[in-house]
Amino acid sequence: MTLTAARPRVAVVVFPGTWSERDFANVAESVLGWEHRLVWHLEPELGVCDAVVLPGGFAHGDHLRTGAIARFSPVMRAVEAFAAAGGPVLGSCNGFQVLTEAGLLPGALMRNDHLEFRCDWQHLRVEHPDRGEAWLGDLADGEVIRLPISHGEGRYVADASTLETLETSGRIVLRYADAAGSVTPPANPNGSEHGIAGIVNEAGNVLGLMPHPERASEAEVGGTDGLRLFASLERWLQRRPAAAERRL
Amino acid sequence: MRWLAEVHVGLRNGIADPEGQTIGSALRSLGYPSVSEVRSGKLMRIAFEADDHGAAEAAVDEMCRRLLANPVMEVASWELRADEQQDAEPAMPA
Repeated sequence: MTLTAARPRVAVVVFPGTWSERDFANVAESVLGWEHRLVWHLEPELGVCDAVVLPGGFAHGDHLRTGAIARFSPVMRAVEAFAAAGGPVLGSCNGFQVLTEAGLLPGALMRNDHLEFRCDWQHLRVEHPDRGEAWLGDLADGEVIRLPISHGEGRYVADASTLETLETSGRIVLRYADAAGSVTPPANPNGSEHGIAGIVNEAGNVLGLMPHPERASEAEVGGTDGLRLFASLERWLQRRPAAAERRL
Repeated sequence: MRWLAEVHVGLRNGIADPEGQTIGSALRSLGYPSVSEVRSGKLMRIAFEADDHGAAEAAVDEMCRRLLANPVMEVASWELRADEQQDAEPAMPA
């Protein structure tokens, strides 16, 4: 039997308070023609899937800290196992916050430095796309993309040695920038250290980013740069039959 | 027996606290120009059962490490005491 699925299958994790799962589902079904399954946080298994998405929202009301309670949901044991086996995982916005609380990505996301919720289009500079090849393989080092942001707690913080490690290992893959690609304080919408908008784990299969690629996947809603992350994943899966074996 | 813990969660030194800075500016503009710094944080009062003081301390320590504080940017400290009003209602101090 062939293990390579004709249509990628993505598991979309839903916590109480998640709000972007239907946007991801819509992109998967209507735009990409993928299969998807919404996985309630109490489910202990992801089911058969090629990739996992943790969408944005306010899991458990963001109480205590963003993502602090979600990390203990039963589904997170399955997400951790999937990530440890090299499966591609994407956490966007609240999903990024959950991944840091769960220890799948370093650092933490704190209240924006200006204390306001920020909902806007944002330019981002892509760096080291090869480090997060599963999600960024179609993008070029140094190119500028435009995605929506929508968060009140997106200020990335980490201790100095973690930041140094992220820098030297090329794991900062998206930075807030201006339209020309310059990473400047005015282009930084939340005060993130080093202008960090997205990072990958050491193996490169887990990507966390504050912007919302699922909200920029149809020209009708303003842009399609987000779609390129999903196209990268589809091509990555096609190149990697080993990835398909892993899910069994 | 029942114990009451008051857990304080604050930001580590060096972690920017825009909420504290905003509160500080508000205090200065209200006529307290000598206010030089405000650091914000959280206070949680936790009522729980444990056999003795040692077990209660260990339980609070574990609660802080597992859930209440994120060591990336926070530190926790607490005060613990036996709840002498344990048969009275309400369980928590006002």
